[in-house]
Amino acid sequence: MPALNAYLVVAALVFAIGLFGVLTRRNAVGILLGIELMLNAVNINLVAFARLHGDPVGLLFALFTIAITVAEVAVGLAVVIVIFRVRRTIDADRLDLLRG
Amino acid sequence: MTVTTVGFWTVAVVLLASSLGVVLSPNLFHSVLFLAAALVATGAMFLLLHSPFLFGVQLLLYAGGVVVLVVFAIMLTERIVGQRIRQASHGLVNGLIVSAAVFVGVIGFLVQAGPLTAGPTAAAPPAAGDMTVALARTLLGPYAVPFELLGVLLVAAMLGALYFARED
Repeated sequence: MPALNAYLVVAALVFAIGLFGVLTRRNAVGILLGIELMLNAVNINLVAFARLHGDPVGLLFALFTIAITVAEVAVGLAVVIVIFRVRRTIDADRLDLLRG
Repeated sequence: MTVTTVGFWTVAVVLLASSLGVVLSPNLFHSVLFLAAALVATGAMFLLLHSPFLFGVQLLLYAGGVVVLVVFAIMLTERIVGQRIRQASHGLVNGLIVSAAVFVGVIGFLVQAGPLTAGPTAAAPPAAGDMTVALARTLLGPYAVPFELLGVLLVAAMLGALYFARED
């Protein structure tokens, strides 16, 4: 098994890539995809640390993260679809109703 | 070079390449397909970390559920005919600077922490085999209440999504 640090570095890279996606994508679905990547990177970290310590609580947290992410995606996509119905666009730059 | 090491680096390369595909592909639909590949690669990482249960959960929930959901959302919000599905990215330089800074920060912490070994807080010595049994005992033992609350959260999310998606 490669050293734990290898997993952590890969997870950090995936997290940074996901953050890049969140910051640069203009399509709301694209932003959600970036968030998915970031959450996945966190899961890799949790499982790697659980393995290091031999503690199942890390796996438990990864499981909880997965379930919460699925709920978040369902609600997020429902919001995106409603926004599309009302505004006929999901371009994040044009959804500026709350901008002062 | 053991088989596990080769497997790890193969999976890592696939994971990073498909992650880059998710954020850089100009076609939103291709992004979702890259995301599916990245999620399966993450599952393979779990398998390499001897967590086959999480691998199964990952495949069922993410690669099976989330990807289908996102594809549906794209179908409903984009005009499939024509070039509407193309998406623009902007602020590439700023995004690159911020994400590179976050990455350097995380790596800085790793370097500062030095080689990681099981600390004195470890409840048990690193287990060699599958931890699914221990996970189940924890899930239905001390963490039974959060587990039940997770069910409440899923019901609430389902009701919320239904409420948003209703015909009016």
